[in-house]
Formats: sequence, C-alpha cells, structure tokens
Amino acid sequence: MTAPKVISRNSTSSELESDYKWGFTIDIDADLAPKGLNEDIVRLISAKKEEPEWLLEWRLKAFSHWLKLKQEAPTWANVKYPPIDYQDIYYYAAPKTDAPKSLDEVDPEILAAFEKLGIPLQERERLAGVAVAGVAVDAVLDSVSVATTYKETLEKQGVIFCPISEAVREHPELVRKYLGSVVPYGDNFYATLNSAVFSDGSFVYIPKGVRCPMELMTYFRINQADSGQFERTLIIAEEGSYVSYLEGCTAPARKTHQLHAAVVELVALDDSEIKYSTLQNWFPGDKDGNGGVYNFVTKRGIAHKNAKISWTQVETGSAITWKYPSVILEGDNSVGEFYSVALVNNYQQADTGTKMIHKGKNTRSTIVAKGISAGHGSSTYRGLVKILPSADGAKNFTQCDSLLVGDQCGAHTVPYIEVKNPTAQIEHEASTSKVSDDQLFYCQQRGISVEDAHFMIINGFCRGIFQELPFEFAMEASQLLKVSLEGAVG
Amino acid sequence: MTSAPAKYAHYFADFQSLVQGPGAGAPPWLRDLRDNAWSMFSETGFPTARRGNERWKYTNVGPIAKIDFNFSTRPTDANGSRSLAASYKIEGPAVSDLVFIDGRYSPELSSPAAATDGITAASLASIFTDSAFDLESQVGRYASPDGDGFAALNTAFLHDGAYIHVGDGHSGKVLVRLSYITVDGTHPKVTHPRTLIVAGRNTDVTVVESYYGPKDSVYFTNAVTEISVGDGARVDHYRLLLEGEKAFHVGTNRVKQEKDSSFSSASFTLGTALARNDLEVLFDGTGGYCSLNGLYLTADNQHIDNLISIDHAQPNCTSRLNYKGILDGRSRAVFGGTVVVRPGAQKSDAEQTDKNLILSKFAEVDSKPSLLIYADDVKCSHGATAGHIDADTLFYLRSRGLDLDTASRMLVHAFASEIIEKVQPEPLRDYLNTIFAAAIPDKSLPIAWTG
Repeated sequence: MTAPKVISRNSTSSELESDYKWGFTIDIDADLAPKGLNEDIVRLISAKKEEPEWLLEWRLKAFSHWLKLKQEAPTWANVKYPPIDYQDIYYYAAPKTDAPKSLDEVDPEILAAFEKLGIPLQERERLAGVAVAGVAVDAVLDSVSVATTYKETLEKQGVIFCPISEAVREHPELVRKYLGSVVPYGDNFYATLNSAVFSDGSFVYIPKGVRCPMELMTYFRINQADSGQFERTLIIAEEGSYVSYLEGCTAPARKTHQLHAAVVELVALDDSEIKYSTLQNWFPGDKDGNGGVYNFVTKRGIAHKNAKISWTQVETGSAITWKYPSVILEGDNSVGEFYSVALVNNYQQADTGTKMIHKGKNTRSTIVAKGISAGHGSSTYRGLVKILPSADGAKNFTQCDSLLVGDQCGAHTVPYIEVKNPTAQIEHEASTSKVSDDQLFYCQQRGISVEDAHFMIINGFCRGIFQELPFEFAMEASQLLKVSLEGAVG
Repeated sequence: MTSAPAKYAHYFADFQSLVQGPGAGAPPWLRDLRDNAWSMFSETGFPTARRGNERWKYTNVGPIAKIDFNFSTRPTDANGSRSLAASYKIEGPAVSDLVFIDGRYSPELSSPAAATDGITAASLASIFTDSAFDLESQVGRYASPDGDGFAALNTAFLHDGAYIHVGDGHSGKVLVRLSYITVDGTHPKVTHPRTLIVAGRNTDVTVVESYYGPKDSVYFTNAVTEISVGDGARVDHYRLLLEGEKAFHVGTNRVKQEKDSSFSSASFTLGTALARNDLEVLFDGTGGYCSLNGLYLTADNQHIDNLISIDHAQPNCTSRLNYKGILDGRSRAVFGGTVVVRPGAQKSDAEQTDKNLILSKFAEVDSKPSLLIYADDVKCSHGATAGHIDADTLFYLRSRGLDLDTASRMLVHAFASEIIEKVQPEPLRDYLNTIFAAAIPDKSLPIAWTG
C-alpha cells in the first residue's frame, strides 16, 4: 500500500496528472480474500458476514446463474472498454479493525480519510453530529461499513439505519422478505454478480407513518487496489412514511480500473415517499483515460398506491457509468421522478437514464436529464417510458438536454417510448446544443472571464436538478461540477 | 455459387431458375451482383433474431420468414389493374407514368413522356445491356446488400424496376409516377421492386412511388429504392403504401445528397398487415436540406414500422423529420428515428418529431427517437408524443353543435392534414386527402374522452 497522498487540483507534478482531489489512499491494514471468483469465495464472503443459510443459498443461486451468463456482459450500452477479467479482482476487502461501537472507536486513519473528502467545514460538523438537526452517516470503506452515526436518535423513532450485514443478523425477517424483491438475482449481468458477492451496503427501514427526522447518508469509498465494490442497499418505507437518503462515493486515483457493481432496491409502500439522492464521484481516470472506476449499477424502486419515489443523481465521476435508476409504478396514483446531471470530461463515458414502468391507474412520472460533455467524453441518455394497458390516465413528461463543450465530445439521446394505453399522455422532448455564444459574450462583456462564464452558464443549465438535492449536497454538487470541468474550457 | 441453408431452399430454387432462365442473358456485372447478393442473403437471412436485434426490436419478421413466397418472372395479365394505375391523374409535358405488374414493366399500362434529351424514365430490364446508361456503377451503390437480408434478397432477384435519370443542369420540373402492382394469384407471391433515381446537378425531380395489391391475398413486396441527389438538385419523393390488408411490405430506401441539394420525402401508409419503411439519408456534401414526413393510419392487427436515419456527415446541413400516426384496433406503430451528427459536422441543424394519436384501447405505440451527436456547434432536438384526442378541443367543437362523431373525425383529419398539406402536386394531395378521410374509423370513438 502506498503512502497517503492528496492530489489537489492545483498540484503540478502529480503522478497521475489528474485534478481529482479525492484520489488519496488510506494507509490501513486490510483483510483481503484471494483474487478471483468461485464458489469458495461466495461461501467465504457469506461466512465472514456470519450469514444465515438462506442467504448463502440465495448467493449461490445467483452465482450459478452468473456462470450460465458465461461472463458475457451486456453490450448494448454506448460505452467502450476492454473486457473485464473477473478473476483478477478482489471480491472482498475489509479494514482489519473490529466493528467499532461508536465514532470514537473508528480508526483515526479512516476518520482522517473521510475528513479529507472535502465537504465544507461547517457542513462536515453537521455531518459529524455537532448541529442539532444532523445527517446520519453510514461510511462504507471497500466492502465493509465502518461507522454509522446517529443510531440512537433514529432508533427512538423506530427507524432502522444500519449496514445490511447487520440487518441480516438483527432483522432477518425484513431482509428476507424484501431482498431481491425489486431487483431479482437474475435481473441482469451485474445485478447477478452483485447478488453473489455483495459485501455491504445500507439498510433502511422506516416504520408506518414515521417521517424520518434527519437525512440519511451513506458514504462509499473504494480504497484497496484491484478490488471491486459490490454494495447492496435496501430501503423500505412503510405505509405513510417518508425518508430522504443520500449517497456519495469516491475512490483513490489508480492506474488500473476498478469495478463497482452495486444494487439498490427501494420499496415504497402505500402513501410513502422515498427521496434518493446520489453524488457519484468515483475516480474518473486521468486525462488520457487511464484508470478510473467502472460503475455498473442497478437501481430500482417499486412504488405502491399513492407512493412516490424520486431519484436525483449528479454523476461526475467514473470512467464508465452504466446506470438506470428506475421506478415501477405499481400502485394507483403513484409518482416516479428522475432528475439527473451527468457530466463527462476527458475520456469518461456515461450511458445513463431511467425506466418508468407505469402499471397503476393515474400514475405520473417526470424525467429531467441534463448531460454535459466535455473533452473526449461521451454521454448518452437512455430511458424507457412504458405504459402498460392497465395504466389508465398515466402521464409522463420527459426532457433531456445536452450541452457540448468542445468539438471532440459526444452527446446522445436514446429514449424508448412504449405506449399500450390510449388514455396515456406522453411528452418527450430533447435538445442538444453548445454553450450559447451570445450568453458567453454577454458575461464577458460584464467582465467575467470565459472560464467563469462557462461555469456560470453550465451551473444555470443544471440548476433545476440541483434544486432537487438536499441543501448541503446542492452546494457540493455545484463545486464538484466546477472541479470536474476544470481544464475543459477557456 | 454458394449452397443455401435448408430453410431458404425455396428461395434458392427460385433464384436458380432466375439466373439460369430469364436472367442468364444479363451482363456479367449484373450476374455478379446477383450472385454476391445471394451469398449475402444466405449468410444473413431474415432478421428474425429477437435478442440484441436493435434494428428490429419491436417488429417480428417471423411471419415473413415462415411463408414460402413464390417468385416468378412470367408476365401476368395486367388489364384488371388498369383502374388502380389511373386512380388520379397528373398532367404535364414532362410527366411519365410507369406501371409494373408483379415486378415487371407493363408497356400497355404505362405512358412514358415523349423522349427528351437528358431525361430517362425507363424500365431497368430494357436498358440493362445498354452500356450508354452505365448502370453497373449505379445499381446497388447506395443500398448495400451487406448485412441487410431484405436488401440482399431484392438484389439477388434483381430483374426489373424503374430507372430515372435526369442529366446535369436540365431545367424544368420532371415528374415520374411509378406504380408497383401485385396481382392476385393462387400462391403467395413475392415481388422485388427496384427503383433507381439519379438527379443530376441543379435538376428538379418529383417521383411518386405507389404500391398496390389485392385486398385479401397474402403476398410480400420487398422493395429497394436508391436515390442520388446531385449538387444543387431537388428531389421530392412520395411513397404511397396502399397494399392489401394481408400484405407484407419491406421498403429499403437509401438516399445520398450532394452539396446544396434538397430532398423531401413523404411516406403514406394505409393497409398492409406488416409494413416496414426503412429510410436512410446521407448528407455527403455541405449545405444540404432534407425534410422527411410520414403519415400512417392503422387498424385491426396491422403493424407499421418506420425506421429513419439521417446522417449528418458534412457540416451546414439541415434536416427535418416529422412522422405522424393514427392507430386504431389492435394495431401497432413503431417509430425509430436516428439523427447522427459526425465529428466535424458543425452547424448541423436537426429536428425530429413523432406524434401518435391512439384511438383504441388495444393499440400500441413504440417510439425511439434518438440523437447521436459528435460535434458541438449544432442545434438538434427531438420530440415525441402519444395520446388521445384532446378533450377540451372536442368539447369546444361539441359546444358549437357538432356531434361527437363528426367532431372526432374532424380532429383526426386535422391531425393528418399537417402532413398531407405538404404534398406539392395538387391531384396527388387531393387523392391522399380523399383516401385518408375515408379511412378514418367510422364509429364513435370508444374511449371515454372526458376521463
């Protein structure tokens, strides 16, 4: 393991010539399973987690299904990468310390690492629990959850917020009932892989009628070299409850690619609401496209009667993003929303979008996707709006806009619209353009530099999405955008 | 000669009787073209795969592959088709009327314009051997049989079709009507109509390509049209699909536009059990303009698939795409539109629209309007809608004293008129207006509009 290293965006002779300031590694001892994937590894992961028999069986079923897929990952997405050697990956990596009881017991190296993740100070204090109305954080390093804050406050309300491995032990009935109910193990190649080897992730349960008193947040970080991260998140909102959940992610700057294949399942029961926000900032690779995280994620929620699921994502990291947070609008009057900003720079590629499956009557969905391409980046919006015959009076509105910065990048829009009910109303619109010369001219004329003007205009382009984010995140997202775009304009 | 896989043995037998029989006297380039296309077809086959087959994602061509359609070059009695060929008249000095019965040119029904320098509108079969036309360098140049089973099959069976050539700088409008008519037969027939349109520099050409067939017979039309639009030329291409209700139709259209050229296409579909309209336009020079329009009205179990692709390979080109569908019964409409802007194709301007009006509870629309952009100084947009008649508009008309039935028909008709009104030749516009108005489902619309 190398010494901790911070690559600031002002560093001139950094080894990777990257502006990725979250690219440090943490010097801690890790417990590693041997590289490669076979039945023994699946059993080992399950044993390490002290899992019950049913879960091991579920994992093995997923693993044997994965073998049937013959390592043939889907090829329909508009992304290019060399084949992944699934036997050259560590499927389990964990910090060697015992599970900490409180934040004080967490390895100082880890605490310092999370401190370095660059959230503005007063907000970090709030995150760490100084302010009154805080944010509860679950920090996941490599495959293992290292700390969860605010547990007691949440427990008073009956809210369960813990690592999924703990939930398997403490609340097996809930996990067993809902795990794989939205994303079955055979759903797609990466979901199958995840089901076999998932290590940790967050589990959230909001009891009936409870409005979760604070934002719940999970911070994911890949640390170990050549390791894959396969987290699994399960959120259950009981009748009439509400929860806002955020996730953030970063990884060290490494020259080799790292695989991240997560699965997120949301269950919104009658009259409940789940708001899920993501700030995805995995290492995007250096200026020449070396290194970076392959982010292959399956996220899906099911909304029952009158329930609402809202996905908001800001995707600025990863060498490759392959991600389609979806909503199955199962119950009558349920609502699905998808707000996304995807930014690609240098050689990043993103193929992302959503699926809205309308089953219930009077279901509504809104999709607003903003893509920004710079450098040699390629971003694709790929979305499906499906109105089943039972979905009388369903409504969808889709808007996807792309902004191009520079003439070497690509921006693509591939929507699929399938309507099987005449009472449905579907509207889709998309546009692609570059930053308007007139706007730039106006800003420059007022004494604003070309670069600042670009940031200002791009920030304005994304404003509608940022407004959907919780306040702390909105600030961070805007900063993130600025850093990610550095060097692309001016 | 390659051997055919067992499942295409039937086509192979027909292919052999063509190349050894009436096709044996063809010039060597044509024989090579056919052989080559046949080996492509036997390799590719019909695109029946359901997985990973993006170009045919929503359309299953299994029904076409299952039937052994008969191919024949024997002349058919054409008299019964006289009324079809004369369903509307377009008058003018440079107007040619070419009629093809079961894929073969019919001199009795056709009335070509008087010979003029620089204009050729003739049957391909009559000029294959005439080296003055240099068909070798033109046929199959834009519609490659490579990887496309239907285009390959058409090329393998190439024996007749229309050739329209207007020489560089010919002034004045040229109009050609092509009617491809399939006549009732005892066994399901297949025809492979082939059209080649070459518009020279600064010319103005209008081609109306119509397909007719018997109402209640199963048959298959596998058409290929190649169009080359020269520098500064203008081509208006109308495609009328008025096939029978049990017909299968696959149309492959490939257009290449040179510098500052203008191309417009309007495709009208009525009838046909399964229709596929595959249109690709390539901007091969700067400053081109194209306007692609479509209107389809489907009922019963019909299936219409429009796959349109516009390739902005050169800068400063403008494209407009506007397709509209009216769906009734258990019909299904598929729209796949792709606009590609290549690296360096700056100042590209593209608009793409697909609007669908669904009149029945069982109809289905699958729309995929995509944009693939690799240049930054562009203006590209697309929009797609699907829905029923607007309840407020309907209410307004009813408040003026129109009954529900009249009001609905009026609104459906208005929806269709946007495309019909763009048709330039007036007799054609009137004809289309009449047949589409007649095709609007004659019943009270089954949906509770005031939901």
